[in-house]
Amino acid sequence: MHEKLTHLKELESESIFILREVAAQFEKPALLFSGGKDSIVMAYLAYKAFYPAPIPFPFVHIDTGHNFEETIVYRDELVKKLGAELIVGSVQESIDTGRAVEEKGFNASRNKLQTVTLLDTLEKFKFDAALGGARRDEEKARAKERFFSHRDEFGQWDPKNQRPELWNIFNGKKHLGEHFRVFPISNWTEMDVWQYILQENIPLPSLYYTHEREVFYRDGQWYAALDAITRRPTEDVVVKRVRCRTIGDITCTGLSLSTADSLEDIISEIASSRITERGGRTDDKRSESAMEDRKKEGYF
Amino acid sequence: MELLRFSTAGSVDDGKSTLIGRLLYDSKSIFEDQLQAVKDASKKLGGEEVNLALLTDGLRAEREQGITIDVAYRYFATPKRKFIIADTPGHIEYTRNMVTGASTADVAIILIDARNGIIEQSKRHSYIASLLQIPNVIVAVNKMDLVDFDESVFNAIVDQYRTIAETLKLKNVIYIPISARDGDNVVDRSSNTPWYNGDTLLHLLEILPVRVDENRLPARLPVQFVIRPHSTEFHDYRAYAGRISGGSFKVGDDITVLPSNTTSKIVAIDEGLNSIDEAYTPQSVSLRLADNIDISRGDMIVKTEQQKPVVSANVSLLVCWLNHRPLNVGGKYIIRHTTDETRAVIKDVHFKVNINTLENILDDKTVNMNDIAHVTIKTMKPLKFDSYQENRTTGSLIIIDEGTLETVGAGMIVHDLEDQTFSI
Repeated sequence: MHEKLTHLKELESESIFILREVAAQFEKPALLFSGGKDSIVMAYLAYKAFYPAPIPFPFVHIDTGHNFEETIVYRDELVKKLGAELIVGSVQESIDTGRAVEEKGFNASRNKLQTVTLLDTLEKFKFDAALGGARRDEEKARAKERFFSHRDEFGQWDPKNQRPELWNIFNGKKHLGEHFRVFPISNWTEMDVWQYILQENIPLPSLYYTHEREVFYRDGQWYAALDAITRRPTEDVVVKRVRCRTIGDITCTGLSLSTADSLEDIISEIASSRITERGGRTDDKRSESAMEDRKKEGYF
Repeated sequence: MELLRFSTAGSVDDGKSTLIGRLLYDSKSIFEDQLQAVKDASKKLGGEEVNLALLTDGLRAEREQGITIDVAYRYFATPKRKFIIADTPGHIEYTRNMVTGASTADVAIILIDARNGIIEQSKRHSYIASLLQIPNVIVAVNKMDLVDFDESVFNAIVDQYRTIAETLKLKNVIYIPISARDGDNVVDRSSNTPWYNGDTLLHLLEILPVRVDENRLPARLPVQFVIRPHSTEFHDYRAYAGRISGGSFKVGDDITVLPSNTTSKIVAIDEGLNSIDEAYTPQSVSLRLADNIDISRGDMIVKTEQQKPVVSANVSLLVCWLNHRPLNVGGKYIIRHTTDETRAVIKDVHFKVNINTLENILDDKTVNMNDIAHVTIKTMKPLKFDSYQENRTTGSLIIIDEGTLETVGAGMIVHDLEDQTFSI
């Protein structure tokens, strides 16, 4: 062991410190698991933080019902492997019970509806801290997010009145009904996440690697030709070699044309990319402050 | 590759955003879609030029009002290092943000406009760098293009700053003449400053020593969490998890647990799924001990033969007040120090610091938001601490309001009052 820590070791150490703080400071935390690479890294960090004891909080997956099948298969295998408990919050159920209203039209997505299901699930199980895999480099509203982010009793974020966060001392104190969102990998960049996955040899869903798929083109982006998205008559289905750079649900995950079939290929592809990973995410493009607005309401 | 954290502070006009924009752009950390979004936003706000400040001003209110409200964190990497920038606004009312950004920084970049020389704000930033004990300070004399890259202008500023650096006991100060707008001495050496033989700003950030002294400090492990699996396979397993906050620990070391003063020996150091022989600052590990002793969160494990922290309920602090409601002398607050938590009463305010003139204020002891003051507190149970000057982790604490539960104060523990008294 070298006296100087590498940047990945230091980031890992910081994230594990935060995961342990959450277990110590909160009564009922949960880890929000989406099946994307960031939440997969979070799951592995949580496993390391408490090993050989089991992870002391459940994973919560907010399922839009429009997930790639590969994500669900991967999720179930991972939960089994790490010995974690899984709770699924269903957006379909929120729609069926009238708590959420389905969007209409060609660009309809259940992305925004997830907030309702998420807040309902947190309330139902009385979770007082929700661990998320958001990173500050992802989006400009997230650059000002704290590690410990306070939410009022309506689950809302008040960006102008955040608690100052100094050194590595985290204040998770709250009143009844309030909760925290905690982001242990805030300081990681997309590249850090990929380098860590390579270093730790973490298996990923096959969607991240190149595969042949029926796709169609819309607004400068390729999408999977699956039932969850209604295509316009002019949007023809073609077969391409593609992969996901991020994984959200089917309706908002853009696919990039790629032949990368190994982590090394993916890393060199990202290193030469001139577009951010969220550049392929339709949910952020709705307006300039789309992310800030969703976050204030209680989004991930 | 190592990690380096630096802070920048400055106002709208001194070129701070331009400098950050340039570091991000020249290191290829700005992507096309981000640049396009900034171009669109600049146009919407009526500007003709692309306003790189919009890259850092993320919130809607900031873009609309053209101000920076909060600390923004930015990331970039070169083949040598990964960098985290804590970008903070420099106005007087934002002292609390500067303190926040500086609390974890290894380097502070202080920007000085070559045309204006050292102004109040430069002193304020320097004071905060000193207060927060940032190990390296880079004084970047910016807008050198507007003074015709005149060496004598640069030298005059350097001479003047040296006095401040001495007074504030700044540790390692380096001076660079730059033009952030055109990139002179930022990434590439400038042909406009043949009289300057030092490093470019980026090169300096790549080679400055990072936290070399931490591992030479007396070893400290604030206990964060006790790991007990209760499983058949790991029936008797019990380990004390935490992040090493000074020095290093080796298997076989004799240790003392504070405040109980019980002693034992390290039999194993676990890190994730592996066991290691030695662990350093700031690694997150868990220690297994030879004896079954009562240890819980908030206790501190130290090496027996090294200098021990102070264990006391009477603590002297320099406090930066962070809240609209002034500090209540005689009032009770919650204190969080390392992984420990207790209550405390504010005993006395001795003086406030005028951070513009660096003079002590003795006649006005009302501590308002953004004020820096020397206070003494008495805690309900003793804390185990070093001075902030000795150890930035075991020497810092936060003050929490019992009613609102907000973080209202940042405290740096001092042993010797004389050390922190300045006059210019």
